[in-house]
Amino acid sequence: MSKPTHAELARVVRDHAGQLAASLVHLVGDFSAAEDLVQDAIEAALTHWPVEGIPERPAAWMYTVARRRGLDQIRRDQRHRRKLALVAWPVEPPPDDRLRLIFTCCHPALPRAAQVALTLRVVCGLSTAQIARAFLVPESTVGQRITRAKRKISDAAIPYRIPSEDDLGSRLIEVLAVIYLLFNEGYLSTGGDRAQSRDLADDAEFLAALLHQLMPTEPEVAGLLALIRLHRARASARFDRDHEIVQLQHQDRALWDHRSIAAAGRLVAQAAARKRPGPYQLQAAIVACHAEAGRWEETDWTQIAVLYDMLLRLAPSPVTRLHRAIALRYVSGPSIALTEVDALAGELNDYHLFHATRAELLRDLGDTTQARTADERALALATNPAERSLLRHRLNWA
Amino acid sequence: MKYVLMFVDTPQFAADLAAMDEPERNRAYARVQQWFADHHDTITHHAYLMPSDTATTLRLDRGEPLVCDGPFVEGKEIISGYAEIEVADLDEALRIARSWPACPVVEIRPIAG
Repeated sequence: MSKPTHAELARVVRDHAGQLAASLVHLVGDFSAAEDLVQDAIEAALTHWPVEGIPERPAAWMYTVARRRGLDQIRRDQRHRRKLALVAWPVEPPPDDRLRLIFTCCHPALPRAAQVALTLRVVCGLSTAQIARAFLVPESTVGQRITRAKRKISDAAIPYRIPSEDDLGSRLIEVLAVIYLLFNEGYLSTGGDRAQSRDLADDAEFLAALLHQLMPTEPEVAGLLALIRLHRARASARFDRDHEIVQLQHQDRALWDHRSIAAAGRLVAQAAARKRPGPYQLQAAIVACHAEAGRWEETDWTQIAVLYDMLLRLAPSPVTRLHRAIALRYVSGPSIALTEVDALAGELNDYHLFHATRAELLRDLGDTTQARTADERALALATNPAERSLLRHRLNWA
Repeated sequence: MKYVLMFVDTPQFAADLAAMDEPERNRAYARVQQWFADHHDTITHHAYLMPSDTATTLRLDRGEPLVCDGPFVEGKEIISGYAEIEVADLDEALRIARSWPACPVVEIRPIAG
């Protein structure tokens, strides 16, 4: 048997961890106890599989381990005895059980950091150590968050079920926010070199795809999935050989995954046909406009500006207004765009992209002195190394 | 599962209530009474508390028991009443709390045991 790669192991664990957790909660009737059994099974898998290879039926293998651990617990722990005694193995979970799992992990009564950690651990099968590395926080912090969240789920009786029709809309927004946060964390915070770190953008895409499969008629779920895929389809052109950011207008579009872009574009169109627009669908539509342009010069800025107007009506935010102003630069010219951007000074004065955008517009208008000042301000505020490097280059050229 | 809903008053809410004329205030009270009527089958008991300036706090962890005037936390947001409810889970408790028609903050705490 060939030795599985790190990525293969992670993928196989992730494909099965959620299912295993869902069935165990179903059987054991206790979220926390079930989750412990899943972690034990994953730990065993990650010890054995690198040496022995991935078994033919990994799900059954993990079931068997979880069962053995479960039986051990029966002997040790009186509390679980009655519950686990009823368990018959192996069992196929009902099809939508992972959906319940997701809604429980992302319950609004849990803090966002705990929602994120729980979702990664329970639905994606990450270990506490992996989560800690991905977010650059101590392992003990993640461990405490998870322990506290599991205790609250049990003590405050956070239910293990799909929310009622009345609550579904607001609860889904919560789930989508968790997935989007994971995506941004993975996509934006990485530079070119990430050989050792977990790709959270990949977990985000996995979760969005799973949610789309479980809730195929929810257009915002489709919108978020399309948004993630449209970004990832262009990921290989985002950095050059020296791990420097390549701005959209200078990217080599031949490096983009055009098949994935076309598929995501169809997903956006299908979602739009349901006539329930939302922020994720609109963001996906905007990104699709960029991704479907054969060349930078062919970008449909008028359409992009219209989509930003719609987005602002649904979800007003100064950052969205900033992006709309960037589109205006190509529709109405840099002078009008600069007026729009300057109107945001009060709200975005500490945001590096506000100053970077101002710098570009000022340079368009020939005001290199003020442009330089704005770039310096942007550089002082930027924290991402790749972005800092881009700004530094610009200052050297200017 | 039993929870206590703790109703929390804010200065803004107190000011709004004070600014109401008689009929308006009566309508506000009627909405609260209606809420209790709507949920009478889940509310096991409830109470409205006298204002916080009637509170007395006793500290037992500093040698001799220490009696002080006022609530135990000096804050602008003050618990003005509570209701104990019995429901299946937190989502049901949240649904009931969401329809609360008076003060703007409700803390939901499970009852132990």
